[in-house]
Amino acid sequence: MTQTVHEPSDESLIQLLTPEGERRSHAEFDSYIQDVDAEMLRGFYRDMALTRRFDQEATALQRQGQLALWVPLRGQEAAQIGSGRATRPNDYIFPTYREHGVALTRNVDFPQMLRIFRGISNGGWDPRENNFHMYTMVLAAQMPHATGYAMGVQRDQAGWSAERLEKDGTAVVAYFGDGSSTEGEVHESMVFAASFNAPVVFFCQNNQWAISVPFHVQSKVPLADRAAGYGFPGIRVDGNDVIAVLAVTRWALDRARRGEGPALIEAVTYRMSAHTTADDPTKYRMNADEEAWVGRDPMTRLEKHLRDHNLADEAFFEQVIADGHEMATRVREEAMAFPEPELAQSFANVYAEAHPLIQEELKWHLEYEAGFAETTEEGATR
Amino acid sequence: MSTTTMTLAKAITAGLDRVLAENPKSLLIGEDIGRLGGVYRVTDGLIDTYGADRVIDSPLGEAGIIGTCIGMAIRGYSPIAEIQFDGFVFPAFNQITTQLAKMRARSEGRFGAPVVIRIPYGGGIGSIEHHSESPEALFAHTAGLRIMAPSNAHDAYWMIQQAAACQDPVIFFEPKRRYWLKGEVDTENPAPDAFKAQVIRPGEDATIVTYGPLVPVALAAAEAAREDGRSIEVIDLRSVSPIDFDTVTESVEKTGRLIVTHEAPTFGGIGGEIAARITERAFLSLEAPVIRVGGFHMPYPVAKVEEQYLPDIDKVLEALDRSFAY
Repeated sequence: MTQTVHEPSDESLIQLLTPEGERRSHAEFDSYIQDVDAEMLRGFYRDMALTRRFDQEATALQRQGQLALWVPLRGQEAAQIGSGRATRPNDYIFPTYREHGVALTRNVDFPQMLRIFRGISNGGWDPRENNFHMYTMVLAAQMPHATGYAMGVQRDQAGWSAERLEKDGTAVVAYFGDGSSTEGEVHESMVFAASFNAPVVFFCQNNQWAISVPFHVQSKVPLADRAAGYGFPGIRVDGNDVIAVLAVTRWALDRARRGEGPALIEAVTYRMSAHTTADDPTKYRMNADEEAWVGRDPMTRLEKHLRDHNLADEAFFEQVIADGHEMATRVREEAMAFPEPELAQSFANVYAEAHPLIQEELKWHLEYEAGFAETTEEGATR
Repeated sequence: MSTTTMTLAKAITAGLDRVLAENPKSLLIGEDIGRLGGVYRVTDGLIDTYGADRVIDSPLGEAGIIGTCIGMAIRGYSPIAEIQFDGFVFPAFNQITTQLAKMRARSEGRFGAPVVIRIPYGGGIGSIEHHSESPEALFAHTAGLRIMAPSNAHDAYWMIQQAAACQDPVIFFEPKRRYWLKGEVDTENPAPDAFKAQVIRPGEDATIVTYGPLVPVALAAAEAAREDGRSIEVIDLRSVSPIDFDTVTESVEKTGRLIVTHEAPTFGGIGGEIAARITERAFLSLEAPVIRVGGFHMPYPVAKVEEQYLPDIDKVLEALDRSFAY
């Protein structure tokens, strides 16, 4: 069986920072990162480091029984920070359930995200505050939502001048993975987006593994190649190169904003950790495979670049570690202090409008629970 | 006087026209609904008035239609989707049950997805496979959805507007074999709240509960029973989820007998839910078990034998006989 191998040395990949930490020039995409200076690069490193630290803390909380499950993202920080930092505040993001790094770029409060994994909420945060939608657990179900949202944006922006679109236009980003690329809703979302020229960017993190099934079982061709079948551009980027990811995502968002329609980005990366904390990668992949990708760690690459070119001093790296520790402490404290939910609250948001069955069942539930309260010690109420 | 005679289909067209005129955020989307006006012409002419941005001919994909509707709703639009036939809703089942129904609960009440899904449904039109089904119970089992099924032109005109105004997602089952049924539509005086069942024929001796395409069957059976000296009350549920059990209970407390009829298979169906609830609420009033008249536990049969499959006047009368035999 032939396998589609994605080596970061592959010439079809857009790469602006080599695994050795050296900048490469690119005729087309350099123009998208003219503003990227030392301060921005340090910012990206800090974003990635905080994201990884959050990931570690959440994994630890799960191991300690404080979270039901956690979805690690280690290895995908560059793909997420690079794409997230390319968005504007008025862009709307539809994540999967692993976009913790993108969430950071949208200023979603990390502890709030743990409400989902602590069994307190199925939403976690208010998507309207940061235009970062709720996580969607059903693979690819969010994809047509992104296209539909973009169709709404299109109608809201009908008649806008090119200048106004460039300045204030909204674009939509739909995140998905190599595993979910097989789902029919990915196909339908892309057909609809192409037909209506919707301002949506389809951002695939190809992390090589759908739990235990390798990429070549999902596709015999690079996913970016599929875009041609829909009639919009597809591009493959080194997903462990934060600068290249920023550049291609800006390119895709700009053209979407200008009304030039959707684009597909395939960010080639690697899930360095397990699918979830319930997973055991030793059952299906070789250590050698994992070790090969350790050498391509997105953070190591940027750190090397910053150090080799004297763009950051030791004090900076120490500060990032200290900031990470402070953030992790806050995440832990706030997560442990979340108020416990009550089942009675779950009746409240099934429907927006009055519903006789909900009212009847809530009434019964409250009376039933109250029956227990009466049997507790004298004077005690619940 | 603002009463006009129109078919049930045209009443829905007129209702949609009014929704589009009054709410600039409303839009229609579906397969062949624009230029063609839908395979049943329910959206006929609306594209000429409102344009292709508000009456959208979609690519052929039900999950894409409902999924994009959810996205548009999150953006603040009020989409009304058409699924071409009952049996073709299933590619969208995931979007409807895991996404649309749960959006408000998942967002902890911050927002929902008030999408209306119109589905021509039911049999009796001599069609081929997947064009005659009644899948309402599959959706009724999912919390977060509301389900309506009008039975006459006046209700259809108003209920589609009520569905469009509802802040919850609504699946609007249109009785396709009654599309050409004419009725008086009063365009000034609204029909009652869609979620209230209506006693459409008062009676004393037994109650027939139904909705959608079987309402005329139930009325005809009640008329036939009158010749046998039986006074039958008929209730048109109009809303299949939630169900107005208060109206049904009140009727059964008076009559003591209940027949529930729908085209969908009886097993696991709406009739079973009504039987259970009414048994709980009005056990001491019941003179006989609640009897269901519905489809058999089989895939919808071929058209040549569908008349034997579908509940009809005789089957309802037979059920009444069984009820009165207790």
